[in-house]
This record gives sequence, structure tokens and C-alpha cells, in this order.
Amino acid sequence: MAAFILRRLGVLGVILFGSSFILYNVAAISGDPTADLRLSTDPNRDFLIASLTRELQLDVPPPLRYFLWLKGVLGVFVGNPNFGMGRDGSAVVDSLALALPVTLRLVLAATLLAAILGIMIGIVTALRQYSRFDYSMTFIAFLLFSLPVFWVAVLLKEYLAISFNNFLREPQIPMQWIIGIGLISGLFWASVIGGSRKTFWSSYAVAFVGSSSLVAIFGATGWLLNPSLGPIVVLLLSIGIAFGVTQLSVGLINKAALRASLTMAGLSVVAYYPVNWVFDNYPGSLSVFLMACVLITTAVFVGLAFSKIDRAPIVRTTIITAILSASLVIVDKYMQTWKPYMETDAINYRPVPTVGQRNDLLDTSDFWISSLDVVTHLFLPTLALTLIGFAGYIRFARGTLLEVLNQDYIRTARAKGLSERTVIMRHAFRNTMIPMATILVADFAGVVGGAFITESVFAWSGMGTLALQGIRGQDLNLLMGVFFITATMAVLANFVADLLYSALDPRIRVGSGA
Amino acid sequence: MARKSKASVESTEVLSGENAIQNKEIEGLSQGQIVRKRFFRHRAAVISLVTLIAIVVMAFTALDFRLFGVWRVPGWWKWTPEDLPELRFGDCPNDTVGCPTISLLPKFLGGQGIGLGKHPFGQDDIGRDFFALVMKGTQRSISVMVIIGGIGATLGVIVGSIAGFYRGRVDAILMRFVDFMITIPVIIIGSVIGYRYGNLGATFLALLLGLFAWTGLSRLVRGEFLSLREREFVDAARVAGATNKRIIFKHILPNAVGVIIVSVTLLLSGAILLETALSYIGFGVVPPDVSLGLLISQYQDSFTTRPWLFWYPGLFIISIALSINFIGDGLRDAFDPRQRRRISKKERQDSATAKKLAQAND
Repeated sequence: MAAFILRRLGVLGVILFGSSFILYNVAAISGDPTADLRLSTDPNRDFLIASLTRELQLDVPPPLRYFLWLKGVLGVFVGNPNFGMGRDGSAVVDSLALALPVTLRLVLAATLLAAILGIMIGIVTALRQYSRFDYSMTFIAFLLFSLPVFWVAVLLKEYLAISFNNFLREPQIPMQWIIGIGLISGLFWASVIGGSRKTFWSSYAVAFVGSSSLVAIFGATGWLLNPSLGPIVVLLLSIGIAFGVTQLSVGLINKAALRASLTMAGLSVVAYYPVNWVFDNYPGSLSVFLMACVLITTAVFVGLAFSKIDRAPIVRTTIITAILSASLVIVDKYMQTWKPYMETDAINYRPVPTVGQRNDLLDTSDFWISSLDVVTHLFLPTLALTLIGFAGYIRFARGTLLEVLNQDYIRTARAKGLSERTVIMRHAFRNTMIPMATILVADFAGVVGGAFITESVFAWSGMGTLALQGIRGQDLNLLMGVFFITATMAVLANFVADLLYSALDPRIRVGSGA
Repeated sequence: MARKSKASVESTEVLSGENAIQNKEIEGLSQGQIVRKRFFRHRAAVISLVTLIAIVVMAFTALDFRLFGVWRVPGWWKWTPEDLPELRFGDCPNDTVGCPTISLLPKFLGGQGIGLGKHPFGQDDIGRDFFALVMKGTQRSISVMVIIGGIGATLGVIVGSIAGFYRGRVDAILMRFVDFMITIPVIIIGSVIGYRYGNLGATFLALLLGLFAWTGLSRLVRGEFLSLREREFVDAARVAGATNKRIIFKHILPNAVGVIIVSVTLLLSGAILLETALSYIGFGVVPPDVSLGLLISQYQDSFTTRPWLFWYPGLFIISIALSINFIGDGLRDAFDPRQRRRISKKERQDSATAKKLAQAND
């Protein structure tokens, strides 16, 4: 195993060396950093050219200059990386250190969301193969596949930012919207639930009445201006979550798990006021983290207390319920922050921004307001990346699950009389997740390189913006710095994906062959 | 329990019935005929094929072009992208100028009747006819797409088949080279190339981009070759004295063509999105040339006042990419021998009655 990993890492090093060599030379040949200086009429032009040549070592031919660059980069291993200087005289390392977290924040959120939504919808389409829901989701996936991200971004800016902000000035939801949203949600839920014609129309009716009255209540009470859930809604939703998670994970037949989850859901609501008190008096990521630790420990104890045999699945169920219902409390806290956030001078009732990763005018002393600001700025770019990305997950999850459902072990599971839930969740879903996990890891690295356009449309100063700056300004060191980071991440992610695959699938042995 | 077993018996019966229906359909047909038949049954793919052909024909015949640079073939559209007709004032909503004159609402429904009008897609800020611009942009984007796809497909098939057929050291070297190429993000290399060579024209840019677009395809083709070369028919051909060249071109390649065609369609739809994205950030097709991505980037700021300058190029990009994706989906279904189509209720009933009749006759 160790030998295998070492050998693979060696190959990766050689690959990175080769590709960075190619890119360095292509980029060096394609642009002359002194070109704009040569055209200038500055009296000290020759001096500027000479100093730039000296600083960037332009007198060394590119293939040799590459090795000078490489020497600096290899300093990574002794904790002193030197990616060279940008054209403006600043160290490339510093620019990268500022840009990388920005891109990671964007990509992490978008990839996770795309994967979760895509896998869920993909699984439903596979279970309802050849249904109308399947066909329409296939169409939507292909449509999203074919969308240019810059085009979507402009549309999102126009309709979700500018128009929505205008709408918030006078948040009256017109009747046709209420009915329209009800019709669409009815259609969606009825096709997801499926079943006979009678089930279809009754679920349609329930979803229609539910969502349109919800929208109507939101409009009538000005909920969009001052949203909150409150302890009672949190309680109801938590109970719903407890039932749902238990059903999916061990089945409602398991009374111990149901009781443990319900207790945990109840506990999150009992903790509603104390937790909010902590949020108000000790704001910060540290207190959120500590409370998450307390929460998970409590969940483990509750799970253990209610179970006698077969404890692991019950504890797992309890933890999932606890995390979901605690996130409701946090969502509620953000909702309460919404109104003060909108009232600040920097926001002035236009909460959805179109550009940037942060509002510089905002007073950042309040933890909740400044983190809500980060969330609102993430909203549009994440949505754009998610929309484009999750089409692939829908198709992939659907294909994988259909393939798994054709396997012999699924037939065996059905034949020995297991319930449909167990067959789908235990036997099919888990085997679907093996290829999904590896795709997810590889995709994450790919998106880091692929968020270029999104970053440039939404004016985020991340890695993509740096790369574009490097190309436009003939700044070779800057471009190579971005490339080095993205390529290393891509290569490492593929490697991790391979290892993950062999860890998840016992049939694949690492080190054999290859 | 009893009910369940009955259900499963039923389902096996249905399955064999489906098999019978499926087998009957392909009796006595050649492989090409089966594929064609399956493809034309995929409704979305056929609609997409028609749409794509319509767009291509419309875009390439609308404007004048020079055959071999000498003969001028007149296009059917009255304006060219260079013409500067007068901007249309008045009768536009919100006091804008140069709005689209296309009308799809018939007169009796309160519209202006179906017709194109003077400037169906409107005019840009200096009065150029936007329909002509979009057609020109579509021409550019489609030709860039075809060139990238063509070069990518050729290189990918050549590299993949050599690596997969000869295996051993050749394979190792070629695949490590592919690994190199895959680490370089296409958008970075495309930007570098586009920044430097964009002004040499769209064709040159597409040629260079094509040199970086073949890697994924070559891996697929290699895998296909690796498995096909172990099959009996290849052994039989070799025993019969066929040369390597003959085995590759006559025996293996025709069997791999399904995989190749499907991934080439994906390559094509990726290529048009790449070209438009590069043009959008300014590293692709550069003015005075026109491409769909460039049009969007030039006019995105006027979205609030004159949205048609933004909508039409985008709609063309989406229609092209969407049709290609659907055609690819149809081809995948058509080439996949395991693919089962949904047997409709009527066919099932027909086959059941036929079976009953046959039993009654016995």
C-alpha cells in the first residue's frame, strides 16, 4: 500500500512537471511582458524595460527560465515557496493566499449543493424510470447542460437580484404568482410521489393548497421583510425531520430509533432560547463549533440510551436528526438577522448583491450580520454554478442507480423478502454512492479551474480573476502560480478519488496491476 | 408471500414477452439499419436533428459568402452585418430604439400578424441589423465548433487506437502524455492561445484549440480497443492473415464507432460552450469578427433597456448545444445493444393476444 502510494505520487510529480513545462513555454512564447513598454513614449522607457527584464529574468530563454521558476516553487517542501514576483512587484504567493480561500468558498458550496440536489433528483428519476417526471427532468438536465454560464449569470443578476430587490420594496405577492407557484409545486410533488391516478391527484391537491397558502401567508404578513421560524415552527419541522430521517435510514418500524430521534428533535427546541442567548452574547464561529460538539455528543448519548441492540444505525439516525434540526435553529437565527441586515446603511433594503464577495461598506463588528453578508454574496454565483453542475449529477446518479438495480444482489434482496425501503436505501443507494463519491472528489478539483467565467461575471477576486489578470497583463509568474495550485489540486483529487474507490469497494485492490 | 411470488412470475412472463417483441423488431436487419431505426424512434433526438439542420442551413445561406474567395454567392437576407440602415425610432416600448419587428402573434389574436418585418431581431446601437449579426455569429460559432470537434475527434481516435491496439510501451508513453494534457485546464490554455492568436482569425484559433480537445476521447477509444482486440473475431482475422492496418480499420474501428460518435457529440457541445465562453471573456473571436459569445459580451450591459441584444444570441447557443446533446443521447440509445426501450401497453396487449391465438391454434 505504502509503496503504491509513493509510486503514484512520483508519477504525479512527473506529470505536473511535464504539464507545467508545456504551459510555461506556451505562455512565455505567446506574450512579451515588455511589449506595452516598448510602445510607450516614456523618457525612461529603456530603463523600465531593463529593470523589468532583470526582475523577471527575461534575458534567460523560457525553457531555462522554467527551471529557475521551478526552483522557487520546490521551496514548498522546505516551507518557503517562492512563486516569483508579479509584474506589479508583489509576491505571487501573497496574491494566491488571498485568492484561494475565496474560490474555495464558492466552489465548496456549489459542488456540495449540486451533488446533494443532483443525487436526490437523479435517484427519484431512476426509481420513476420512463415516467413523465423522468422525461421532464432529463429535459431539464440537458437544458442546464447546454447553458452558457455567463448567460445564466446575467439572467440571474437581472431577475433574482435587481428585480427581487425592487420587489422587496413593496413585497405584495400578486394572485397569479400564488396560483402559479401552487400549480408548479403540485405538479412536482405529485410526480415525485407517483402512484395511481387517485394518489397523483390527491398529492397534487395537497401540495397545491399547501404551497399556495404558504406563499399567500408570506405575502400577507410581510414575512420576506422580517422572516423567522420561531420555536413552534422549528418544533414542527424537527418532528417532521425526525420521522423522515428515521424512515429513510432504519424504517419507522424501528421504534427505538424513532423515539431517540423524536427526543433529539424535542431537545433542539428546548435548547432554542438558551442557544439563541449564546448566539447573541457570544457570537462567533467558535461558539457555533462548540455547540455543534455538544449537540453531537448529546445525540450519541440519546441514541445509546434508547437502544439496546443494533446500536450503530440508531445512533447514526439520531445524529443526522440532531444536525438537521439544529441547522433549523441556525437558519432561524439568520432569518432574525435579515431585518437588521437590510436596515443597515450599506444594504439599504437591497439585500441581493450582483457583484463582489463582500460588502466593504458594511460594519463588520456584528458576527451574524457580516456572515449573513457573506451568504448573500455567495447566493447568485453559487446558484449559477449549482444550476450548471447539478445536471451532470442527475444523469450520473440516474444511470448508476439503474445499473445497480439490475444487479443480481438486488434481485436476491427482493427475493428474500426485504422491504422496498431496505432494498433501495441499504442495497442500491449505498452501492450507487461508491462511484458518486469518487466523481464528487474529482469534480471539486475540476470546478476550481472551471469557476473562471463565474468569477469574472460576478467580479469575485479569486483564482480565476488572478489567472485572467495574468494572461491580460502578460504576467507569467502569476498565471503559473494559479496553474500550479489548480493543477496540483486536480491531480491530487484524482489520486484521492482512486484511493477512496478502493476503500469503498472491497472488490478493488489497490496496488495490483497498475 | 403468495401474492409476491405470483407478481414475480407475471413479471418474468412480461419480460420474455418484451424480449420477443424486441427480437422480432430487429429480425433480418443489418447493424446500420437497427441503429437508424432505433435513432429515428427517439423523438427528442429527431426533433433536435431537424432543428440543428434548420439552424445550420438558415445561418449559412442568410448572408453573402465567397466560394473559394472568388465567386460571390448572394445570401437571401437583405442586410449584411456591415450595412448601416437607419435606426428605427418610435413604436418601440419604453422609448427604446431599434426593437425587433418579428411578430408571431396572428392578427385575430390581437397581434400584428405573423411576419419578419424590417429587422426581425432588432438593431444594435449603431443600427446594424441584428439578425444579420446573429447569423454571422452562428456561422462563426458553428465553424469553430466543427473544427475543434473534427481535430479533437481525429487526434483522439488516432492516439487512442494506437495506444489500445499496440499496448505496452507505446500505450504507456501515449497515456502519460494524455495525463499531461489533462492537467492543463482547457480554459487556461484556451485563454493563453486566444489572447495571443485570437486576432489571426477564428479558424486559426479553432485549429489550436482542437489540439487540446482530444484527450478525453482518446482515453475512451483506448479502453474500447483494449477490450475489442481480445475478441474472437480479431483472432479469426489475424489467423486469416489480415494485416494490423486491416484489423484496425475493418474489424475494430467499426465496432468502436458507437462510443466514438457519442463522445464526439459531447465534444461538439463542449466546444461551442468553450468558444462562446472564451469570446465572452475576450480571448476568443475578437472584433471586428462576430461570434455568439462576443455578441453577448458586447451587449450584456444593455440588457435592461434592449434585452433582445442579449436574448437572441443566447437562444441560438442554447438551441445548438441542446440539439447536439439530444442527438448524442439518441445515438447512445441507438448504439447500445443492452438498451431496452419502453414497451407500450398496446404492444404488450398485441403480443399477448397473438400468443393466446397461437396457443388456441395448438
